Amino acid sequence: MLAAVSSHAAGAARQALGGSLTLAAAGLQRRGLAASAATVEGDTLTVEVNPYKVHRIEAPPTTVTATKDELLSYFKQLYRLRRMEISADMLYKAKAIRGFCHLYDGQEAVIVGLEAALEKSDSIITSYRNHATHVARGGTVAEVIGELMGRTTGASKGKGGSMHMYRREANFFGGQGIVGAQVPLGAGLALAHQYSDTGGVAVAMYGDGAANQGQIFESFNMAALWDLPCIFVCENNHYGMGTAEWRAAKSPAFYTRGDYMPGMKVDGMDVLAVRQAFAYAKQYAVANGPIVLEMDTYRYHGHSMSDPGSTYRTRDEISSIRQQRDPVEHVRKLLLDNGLVEASVIKGIEKDTKKEIDAAIEASKAAPFPDMKELWTNIYAAPLGMQLRGIDSTHVETLAA
Amino acid sequence: MQRLGALLRRSQGDAVLAPQLLRTYATTQMTIRDALNSAMDEEMARDETVFVMGEEVAEYQGAYKITRGLLQKYGPKRVRDTPITEAGFTGIGVGAAFQGLRPIVEFMTFNFSMQAMDQIINSAAKHHYMSSGAITCPIVFRGANGAAAGVAAQHSQCFAAWYSSVPGLKVLAPYDAEDTRGLLKASIRDPDPVVFLENEILYGESFPVDQAVLDKDFVLPIGKAKVMRSGTDVTLIGFGKMVGYNLKAAELLEQEGISCEVVNLRSLKPLDREGIAQSIRKTHRVVSVEEGWPQCGIGSEIVSIAVEECFDDLDAPPERVTGAEVPMPYAANLEAAALPTTDHILAAVKRVMGK
Repeated sequence: MLAAVSSHAAGAARQALGGSLTLAAAGLQRRGLAASAATVEGDTLTVEVNPYKVHRIEAPPTTVTATKDELLSYFKQLYRLRRMEISADMLYKAKAIRGFCHLYDGQEAVIVGLEAALEKSDSIITSYRNHATHVARGGTVAEVIGELMGRTTGASKGKGGSMHMYRREANFFGGQGIVGAQVPLGAGLALAHQYSDTGGVAVAMYGDGAANQGQIFESFNMAALWDLPCIFVCENNHYGMGTAEWRAAKSPAFYTRGDYMPGMKVDGMDVLAVRQAFAYAKQYAVANGPIVLEMDTYRYHGHSMSDPGSTYRTRDEISSIRQQRDPVEHVRKLLLDNGLVEASVIKGIEKDTKKEIDAAIEASKAAPFPDMKELWTNIYAAPLGMQLRGIDSTHVETLAA
Repeated sequence: MQRLGALLRRSQGDAVLAPQLLRTYATTQMTIRDALNSAMDEEMARDETVFVMGEEVAEYQGAYKITRGLLQKYGPKRVRDTPITEAGFTGIGVGAAFQGLRPIVEFMTFNFSMQAMDQIINSAAKHHYMSSGAITCPIVFRGANGAAAGVAAQHSQCFAAWYSSVPGLKVLAPYDAEDTRGLLKASIRDPDPVVFLENEILYGESFPVDQAVLDKDFVLPIGKAKVMRSGTDVTLIGFGKMVGYNLKAAELLEQEGISCEVVNLRSLKPLDREGIAQSIRKTHRVVSVEEGWPQCGIGSEIVSIAVEECFDDLDAPPERVTGAEVPMPYAANLEAAALPTTDHILAAVKRVMGK
């Protein structure tokens, strides 16, 4: 059945690949992780990452170094994010989470690599697929799970939900529900950095589904006109909901869609390749202006919990990515295969992380729902004692002064 | 008075000259244009994070010359021309506000704000709530709203009703120069997103302003209507240009022995529900006047307040005078027929008076 669906697709290149795999999956398959090319000296690993594809810019070196401690911290975070999203899946199916739930498992290397290169004084804004972003920006798993369950212990005290987590003190501006709207907002964050001469950058993250939005091109134009220190990041997981990139984009080379702006396509499943790209992009953006990064990544889950994720792609594709390019496995292998740590250390991290996640779930289940008065708080920063109407004429709410 | 007005216009932006000129007279005249310009100028001088962005605001000196002189005084970082891309530049303004700046985003007219509606409502208005107070958005969206003259259907819509229905936004609509200065300065200082609805027809009109209004810290409270004229027989409620029509109608009606209380809403969100109800309970009759469309208009809300909160005090059903329920036509006679006139207000008052 899927083969029949596949054969309806347009494009000679596609047909040339044969089989039932989509073009995207075939492309992904060819770019396996180059884990075998690593060398170790003391506690430092040197490894080759997959080459960058570039547009109007020179590629950064593909030789990357990382210390044992760095790799351990990446592993811990990658594993934590993976387990968190899997637990969100279970909680959703158990009906402890309502509404929307868009999971990030498979894409973890993007946010972990970003955080390895940038500072909390740099700003980030992303889409609704933001659970991992919240934790990577310094939030806790308990805040994510709590928010998903609508409790006061949640990142937004239960008032935002899955798509609306924020961490102002870490310059994390959410968590945005409207596809593409976060991109002009991100350019605005960059404008503020430039205006106040902070020396920092703003990162505006969006997916391949959003990448065709007009407001993104408006943002590109203004960012480039004004030399804003903005890193636009297309997390290309190859499917915008159920629509493969080649069905939505006349040109799915998203790193080139900035036209006059330089761009780079990055192996988004490799935290070291991502880190290298962000370090390079930040340097560029601060000195020159905006740049586009395309992260070649993949989501294991469907678009959201209501999407099985298998009507528009094959299970073979999903499992082959998992086997060959899993971001968590990659770092585990780098640590173990190169003798940087004993297997027991990895096991220890995994055990501790599972405990952390379990504790977060238990704490969230026990946490209270917001007090009824919170219905009426935080509508305004300065409520001025105004009166707003409740459900009927008997209820007029007078806000704080 | 005219000479002083001209002197003031030339001196505007010169913080030293203006007060000296003003000490010469007890009150003086100021156009809405100068009220807007002086308010922005003073707030930009006071707070470095305030900046203006929009189409033609800088080198062109403003499509309606509202931002005249600001580029020369503050430079291109703080007075920023944008491409004609409302969705993008509105989002950029909102993002800059999230990060701590205080943008004033000018829409050449609010008709073009429809392209940016998602950024105004989903990004600006709702973030403080969704983030449980973590994110603030101290932005002002300002520009010409409603009917102009001969600009036809796509350039004549009034957006008061749509924006004022959104919790999380503050919506203001000044009438005279005092309103304009006080409310715009208050908006810029306010930590919440404010939609500031101006009227192109009024930009060139002059109003008396006294010393207090010209003070660089003159602000008006957001959420309080002003009784422009006290009366006992009927309450005339309006905002923006219609306040002028209501005042004119009140003068004419006085000659016929009808005493009108003219309420200038000033604030559409929050609406001064108490102030409105107080006036209606006092006069027992109300006529709401607006240029926008009738269905779900501001008048609908005024009538709701009258009926829900003042029913026992009403001596007549509330009346609404609104724009006609048509897209704005071009031909001068049709356009005139689509908008309220003082005659409509006089007739409505006589109907509620039972005359």
